Amino acid sequence: MNQDGLRLDERLERLKLFGLASPAILLILVILVVPVGWLFYVSFVGADGSYSLENYERMWKRRSYARIFRTTFEVSFLTTGLCILIGYPLAYFIAGLPGRLANLCLITVLLPFWTSLLVRTYAWLVLLQKRGLVNEWAISLGLWDEPIKIVHNMTGNLIGMVHIMLPFLILPVYGAMRAINQDYMKAAANLGASPRRAFWTVFFPLTLPGLFAGSLMVFILCLGFFVTPAVLGGGKVIMVSMKIVSNIELFVNWGAASALGVVLLVLTVAILWVASRFLNLENMTAGGGH
Amino acid sequence: MKKTGILALTTALAATGALAADKTVTIASWGGSYQEAQSKALFEPAAANTGIEVKQETYGGMSDVRLQVSSGQVTLDIVASGSGSAARAAAEGLLAPLDYGVIDVSTFYPNLYTDYCVGGDVFSTVYAWNTDTYGEDGPQSWADFFDVEKFPGTRAYRGKVAGALEGAMMATGVAPEDVYDALDSEDGIETAIDKIRSIKDHIAVFWTSGAQHAQLMKDGEVDMTTGWNGRFDNAKKDGANVMYSFNQALLDYDCFAVPKGAPNMETAMEFLAEISKPEYQDDLPKYITYGPTNKAAYETGEITAEQEAGLPSSPANAAAQVPVSLEWYAKWETIAEEMYSEMLTE
Repeated sequence: MNQDGLRLDERLERLKLFGLASPAILLILVILVVPVGWLFYVSFVGADGSYSLENYERMWKRRSYARIFRTTFEVSFLTTGLCILIGYPLAYFIAGLPGRLANLCLITVLLPFWTSLLVRTYAWLVLLQKRGLVNEWAISLGLWDEPIKIVHNMTGNLIGMVHIMLPFLILPVYGAMRAINQDYMKAAANLGASPRRAFWTVFFPLTLPGLFAGSLMVFILCLGFFVTPAVLGGGKVIMVSMKIVSNIELFVNWGAASALGVVLLVLTVAILWVASRFLNLENMTAGGGH
Repeated sequence: MKKTGILALTTALAATGALAADKTVTIASWGGSYQEAQSKALFEPAAANTGIEVKQETYGGMSDVRLQVSSGQVTLDIVASGSGSAARAAAEGLLAPLDYGVIDVSTFYPNLYTDYCVGGDVFSTVYAWNTDTYGEDGPQSWADFFDVEKFPGTRAYRGKVAGALEGAMMATGVAPEDVYDALDSEDGIETAIDKIRSIKDHIAVFWTSGAQHAQLMKDGEVDMTTGWNGRFDNAKKDGANVMYSFNQALLDYDCFAVPKGAPNMETAMEFLAEISKPEYQDDLPKYITYGPTNKAAYETGEITAEQEAGLPSSPANAAAQVPVSLEWYAKWETIAEEMYSEMLTE
């Protein structure tokens, strides 16, 4: 009797919680599940309006599509890697500063974050082009004699993207670092660990959740980049989003563009799945100190 | 005398206004300074003279029309479009045939109207060069543009296939009048793409917008580029050291089309007939450096000799150019774009 009552309460509780969550569930259904389902459906509609695999066959037959996907993932991996190489030491440096200075540094990290992506991208173009500030100063200082090509190619694109993506990596990493109890490091030193050993065996593993959360965010956001590669890539760095736009204009059926979106989605999910097999993403992103 | 004249004019206006009071058309164009020029030279005066009420909108191109036609919710009566995308939309069945019993094209250039789209203005795809690098004697033909030994320097070229193959084909030695015949097969298209491939190392940028190729010349980022003549004129006004030639340039045009199922089809035809008249078209060059599609607009005296010399469709300049073939784009653009994309991603 008593047990039945408890069970009933439990069920009611669950219903109530479901009721509370239903607006969110409905929202996800309407803005995520339905459109993505629609995208899948449309990608299987051919130019004549009937069911067809032509949108996928085209991607298989033309080598350009495979190259565009390769470029997209290459750019995303490289950007993520560079963000880690630049962002991690910077976050470490800021985390070690006294409070007020650290805040000042964080603001300088965040400031460009609040500036329009378009503005920052064009600013890089102005800096990096043939007669841009970087080349002119370097030549006047005698660093090199002829203008070097640092924009309208992969280099320029990476510079722009890394700059835009850095705060997404620094913030979670910094959060993870600040949450680490300094006594751990003292304890390690007390037990005879050199600073280097204490860093690699105690500090670094504790920042991993933040690092993975940041890297994941950078990587996923990079996959959909459009403006920066279009402006700084000089028409030679072609990412999937750019091809989607040109296919919408070029083909009579939406499917030609939808199929690209579907393949990008599936490849991304596949990569995350493989990564999760090796890295146990859930622990790494959920256990963190931020 | 003068007073009665004005009186007669106002009553006449009032009469036509009353007659056409319930007539409206909705026109969509590209916005910005382009639509402003269209509005001042064509739409507003034509609306005043016919009494047709004009509602102006901006739109995102033929993909918007496709959405409206396929959902049966057509709100646009007239759309301004590039000639190529209009031709593709027509082939796709998105456009209504124009009534040339109503629209008078007898004094139009013969290549500047089709069954589905009537020309509104003419522009050219030209090659332009930096006068700092080459002085006034820059490239004078497509062969020169592709000759990296005679004219060493970096180039910019279009990142899409539209307007990209004709010049390359001429550079292989094909005569301007034979260009579209030579491109009428996948092998022909590949020949032109191979020509671009051969100088790809010298192409620093594949541009994607008119603003971009103008900026590239302004900044001196490249020594030569292809592009739309009006943009270079504007860049020159802003102090860029740029010149271009109409020799072997591609004569192309923007046009007006009517979506299938447009709510005010008859009024749309009537309005298109009005804005195609020379007395409206001759005002367009005052607001933008694009030429009229109606030859008679050069004979009204509105366009000065100086203005005319710089317009793509002036008789002298038009004679030096290759008119863009819409039939070729309707037939080949999709395939050619895919092949072009192979070259870009290599």
